[in-house]
Amino acid sequence: MATQAVPAEFEPFDDRTPIYQQIADRIRHAVLVGDLPEGAQVMSTTQYATTHRINPATAAKAMSTLVDDGLLHKRRGLGMFVSEGARELLRQQRRATFWEDTFGPAIAEARALGITTDQLIEHLKEQP
Amino acid sequence: MNAPLSVEVDAVTHRFRGVEALSDVSLTVRPGTITGLVGRNGAGKTTLLSLIAALRPVQTGTVRVGGRDVWEDPSVTSRVCLVRDRGGILEDQRIHQTLRVQRALRPHWDEEYAVELLERFGVPLRKKPEQLSRGQRSILGAVVGLASRAELTLLDEVYLGMDAVARRLFYDELMADYVAHPRTIVLSSHLLDEVEDLMEDVVVLDRGRVVAAGDAAAVREQHSSGDRLASLTDVLVHVSTGRTPS
Repeated sequence: MATQAVPAEFEPFDDRTPIYQQIADRIRHAVLVGDLPEGAQVMSTTQYATTHRINPATAAKAMSTLVDDGLLHKRRGLGMFVSEGARELLRQQRRATFWEDTFGPAIAEARALGITTDQLIEHLKEQP
Repeated sequence: MNAPLSVEVDAVTHRFRGVEALSDVSLTVRPGTITGLVGRNGAGKTTLLSLIAALRPVQTGTVRVGGRDVWEDPSVTSRVCLVRDRGGILEDQRIHQTLRVQRALRPHWDEEYAVELLERFGVPLRKKPEQLSRGQRSILGAVVGLASRAELTLLDEVYLGMDAVARRLFYDELMADYVAHPRTIVLSSHLLDEVEDLMEDVVVLDRGRVVAAGDAAAVREQHSSGDRLASLTDVLVHVSTGRTPS
């Protein structure tokens, strides 16, 4: 089981949404794309606090959200780890909302720009 | 270091020559949190902090720190450190002397850390505080606040005159030292954009009254409209003028 800590992310947060949500979203994304494999250790709340100059409770709030979602689990004295099956769980959740949340707006934008369905299909087929 | 201290303020009203600076203020600071105390000029922040630090006697109501009365109880006051514009610093003697006083006064004082910080911030220890620039003088105060490691640390606008780099370094140091040595920190500042992410809880004062208090993210969400999170500046604008962020 991999227990290596992920490298700290230095990207600053934006100020539109609560930071705990942004931390949770970043961890979800890292799990989804495989940057944080199952069993990997997540950066600690202390590391988040000192890296980003945020309150450690903010990072802890993000972690507990992810624990509630079944994506992370705590190992006493060691820290937070990505749970088995976390990636598949996220994939299923994201697939369920992909058409409406991600693809829908892209189609609407294409319509507004006068891009035809055929052009969209052609573009998709050209993707590697 | 002993356990971080809570603060309980109950029904405190305070007058200066008949003018009410605080009106029926009740609030709780949870032990171990960084709590922001925000408000416009004249909102009563400094008065409130002076009462908590027992620099002034309470007129009406009660102030308790760690469940105990603070007034003239050195076992409590030595664990409460208030850093502000003035006070706690021997202006006309070398900085070494100020450090010596803290060493005698503060049970958890870390002199090595204080000296290391002052060197890192470029404040010469041989100088007298009165010879320092406004920014250096503020750094000295901030360093005393950090190195005291007091179970209740009250930082009242400690950044006056510090440049942007010094402030950034200070926030970094504050957070690093806070996670290494947990304690209760009450932070008052007008530089809301810079400090709003440091705090877990917030108390908003407006003209001597508590108008919002609790989890900082929750308070900001309560004052948000649309899909953008309100900043603490938005919250202050909202409570003092009734205007919501556009």
